[in-house]
Amino acid sequence: MNFETVIGLEVHIELATKTKIFCGCKNEFGGEPNTHCCPVCIGMPGVLPVLNEKVVEFAAKAGLALDCKIANFSKMDRKGYYYPDLPKAYQISQFDLPICIGGHVDYKDGDIEKRVNITRIHMEEDAGKLLHEAGTGTAVDYNRCGVPLIEIVTEPDLRSADEAKAFLETLKSIIQYTGVSDCKMQEGSLRCDVNVSVREVGSTVLGTRTEMKNLNSFSAVHGAIEAESARQIALITDGGKVTQETRRFDDIKGKSYAMRGKEEAHDYRYFPDPDLVPITITDEQIALYRDSLPELPTAKKQRFIDELGLPEYDADLLTGERAIADFFEASIAAYNEPKKTSNFIMTDLLRLLKENGVEPDDNPVQPIQLAQTLKLIDDGKINVTVGKTVFEDVFKTGDDPSSIVEAKGLTQINDTVELSGMIKQIIADNPKPVADFKGGNKKALTFFVGQVMKATKGKANPKVVNEIVQEELKNA
Amino acid sequence: MKLYDMTIKQASDALQNKQISAVELTKGLLNRIEDKEQSVSTLNTVCADFALKEAEASDKRRAANTQKSMFDGIPAIIKDNICTKGIKTSCSSKILENFVPPYNAHVVERFANQGIITLGKANLDEFAMGSSTENSAFGATSNPWDLSRVPGGSSGGSAAAVSASFAPLALGSDTGGSIRQPASYCGVVGLKPTYGAVSRYGLVAFASSLDQIGPITRSVEDAAFALNAICGHDKRDTTSMDVEYPDYTQGISDGVKGMKIGLPKEYFADGLDTEVKDALSAAVKALESQGAIVEETTLPTFEYALTAYYIISSAEATSNLSRYDGVKYGYRASDFDGITDLYTQTRNQGFGDEVKRRMMLGNYVLSSGYYDAYYMKALKVRTLIKQDFDALFEKYDCIISPSAPAPAFKAGEKSDPMQMYLTDIYTVPVNIAGLTAISVPCAMSNLGLPIGIQLIAKPMGEPTMLKAAYALEQASPPMGQPTFKGGA
Repeated sequence: MNFETVIGLEVHIELATKTKIFCGCKNEFGGEPNTHCCPVCIGMPGVLPVLNEKVVEFAAKAGLALDCKIANFSKMDRKGYYYPDLPKAYQISQFDLPICIGGHVDYKDGDIEKRVNITRIHMEEDAGKLLHEAGTGTAVDYNRCGVPLIEIVTEPDLRSADEAKAFLETLKSIIQYTGVSDCKMQEGSLRCDVNVSVREVGSTVLGTRTEMKNLNSFSAVHGAIEAESARQIALITDGGKVTQETRRFDDIKGKSYAMRGKEEAHDYRYFPDPDLVPITITDEQIALYRDSLPELPTAKKQRFIDELGLPEYDADLLTGERAIADFFEASIAAYNEPKKTSNFIMTDLLRLLKENGVEPDDNPVQPIQLAQTLKLIDDGKINVTVGKTVFEDVFKTGDDPSSIVEAKGLTQINDTVELSGMIKQIIADNPKPVADFKGGNKKALTFFVGQVMKATKGKANPKVVNEIVQEELKNA
Repeated sequence: MKLYDMTIKQASDALQNKQISAVELTKGLLNRIEDKEQSVSTLNTVCADFALKEAEASDKRRAANTQKSMFDGIPAIIKDNICTKGIKTSCSSKILENFVPPYNAHVVERFANQGIITLGKANLDEFAMGSSTENSAFGATSNPWDLSRVPGGSSGGSAAAVSASFAPLALGSDTGGSIRQPASYCGVVGLKPTYGAVSRYGLVAFASSLDQIGPITRSVEDAAFALNAICGHDKRDTTSMDVEYPDYTQGISDGVKGMKIGLPKEYFADGLDTEVKDALSAAVKALESQGAIVEETTLPTFEYALTAYYIISSAEATSNLSRYDGVKYGYRASDFDGITDLYTQTRNQGFGDEVKRRMMLGNYVLSSGYYDAYYMKALKVRTLIKQDFDALFEKYDCIISPSAPAPAFKAGEKSDPMQMYLTDIYTVPVNIAGLTAISVPCAMSNLGLPIGIQLIAKPMGEPTMLKAAYALEQASPPMGQPTFKGGA
């Protein structure tokens, strides 16, 4: 029997509003435990939530970026369950009338264009965190309580772990572009629940699904789908049946474990939150949100190709992350050499970020500094090789390229008189390669150029050196 | 006149004319409490030192002519489910026995800004669930008119305290009649403002879509003064109305000439006490004699109101009270095995029977499979009741009804919860529809128990309602002083 895997995702994204969803507390990652909270977000008796308008705006913008319909009327509901990190013992969320409905994301699985349909996006509050401390028991940090979240629910349109990963990368890129979230997975601002089922190829009926919650890296999502799909296929092949349940995926062991079954599933007893009046958004307001959306990756990529003449490969790489695209655009605004800028970003900046484990958002280089580096090269002040080391220094020290060139004495030697003297001496010192050259071995030319570069610590203008060496060898 | 018998108006005049000082007034009330509190048990906390300090500060302000308002120096009693910064707020529940809020409720802030002094915190049915103030974890309150009887509830402590002259003003909360029914039982005025007219910020929630804070006073005029002190928009409560609020005392004595008042025939249901019925008839006559036009009318959905109320209020309550889990504040069971047992033991030991009953009911009606049959249906009934009232208010300025089916009952008499719930039958529809209503003491039963009559008006219809209430009060025999007779 041939199986196919069917996957649906629930993606939780923390919104980057200044304050929390229902109170004035700072919405910031980290901080000493229980320092970013107040009576409202820790659910003291008698306090009331007030919905942060920015959360509505951000959720609507995310929805618009994913081609969702924004509801003119939606409401907040209470989802009841007991857990120590949930101080009110209910989470304020949206049940039957979410803010965004429908929508889709087009993504590329390798070279193939694919589409995932979005069921809905709703707004909700995040919970706190439990801190398990050996010896002293469990403590709770409420800093994250009331951090605004959107939950993006997809249709079961994905068919493989690779597709899921490719979709998530595209989704993350789009959301980052809108500016409503930084989507930092290592800080938990993008987390994913995965629903997996398998069925015989050709079947149109969905198999029994299992759910794995709170996966916080794309590789964990990938691993969880692969492992769970394999487990289900093996189970069915052996004549068994998949049980609907929540499973915990262990990223390190690459295995999932049953947590709770359908019978033990929570009855959340959803009902409309009487403390919060319904949310009405007018068509005019929706139009304003739409107008305020920045250019999204697909449009930007096309513009880079059409207007800047970049190859598709470059445009794809540059627009993958908003921080990189912004950096590129700011850099060419200062020095309008799109292809040279693109080359430098692709070969040098992306490598440095990767080698140093720095996220594009935290890129220490200013766009103007790349522009300056390129200009120094084009003006003949430094050669390309030196340019690369200068840029690396900019990355590490934050100093401006010109000061690095000056401080390290890296200015290119263009002085023909100085270089001629040096070259004459090198030719005199190396009769054998001279003879080789005369005997028709053109490679000997490279030897002499290399010797000059070595003597000048790479600072010599290679073009000038080449010309003089050829000239002098003729005379030798 | 004794200091403790003064109304807000009288005390305010005396303070402004410097006939009395705030310290004298506060001491007078504290002495009265000292003298009578033991027999009625109205207060969970008496803030004697705090109140005297506040009174001294008030006197200084008045001497310097920098008083905060005409109420500066008036003491008030606050129901113990309204948060007072630094003062224990227990909701008469073991689970919040030692809870001291680090914030003031909006109304308490308003009081502080006007120089109104918190004198004490009043007993209530645990989390405002009940109609007799017998469901308090700290003991029942007695009715000052007959100590063997209940003061009503859930604001029984507030109503009995005003009746016993412990303060000219108390705040209560009214979810289904919890201000008006005890006011009726205790012979005082109780007013439930329009839903959204008073911020609920800092009111420990029972049923959020129904709860409203309101005043209990000894005169209709005082109720109007109190509304001036507490009504207004508050950004921290999204259900608080952002509108212009009138001066509620304005035109209060203008009379009822030409006012149209409806009398729904459904209110004369079985179980209406004959003395209450007579009091209602007398009230109708009194209003008519002053020029009001009273007509019999109909409220067809009346019979479904109580059922819808218990479904909606219990559903909200079960959610609102789920935060008391022993993790963050309040009571925590001392012996438990794991987190689930911590919840179970804490809540089992911390809540009283009535609260548990409502939480079970609330969980049931919200459970998957039952939601549509109960909660959803109750919301539909709610809409129908609102429509019924909307139609009535097209024709009438006010609706008149009894406040409760009978005068105060004996402590322990209503051990069947359904019998207890029926005492709110006339008050509940008002909360369901978000209206305003007032209970005015109008008559005395043969046993010497006060009887209140309820006037209802449309949302923000308080000014009209107060006019009718004032007229009714003027036409009714004075209640006199409670006797503190009887007792166990």
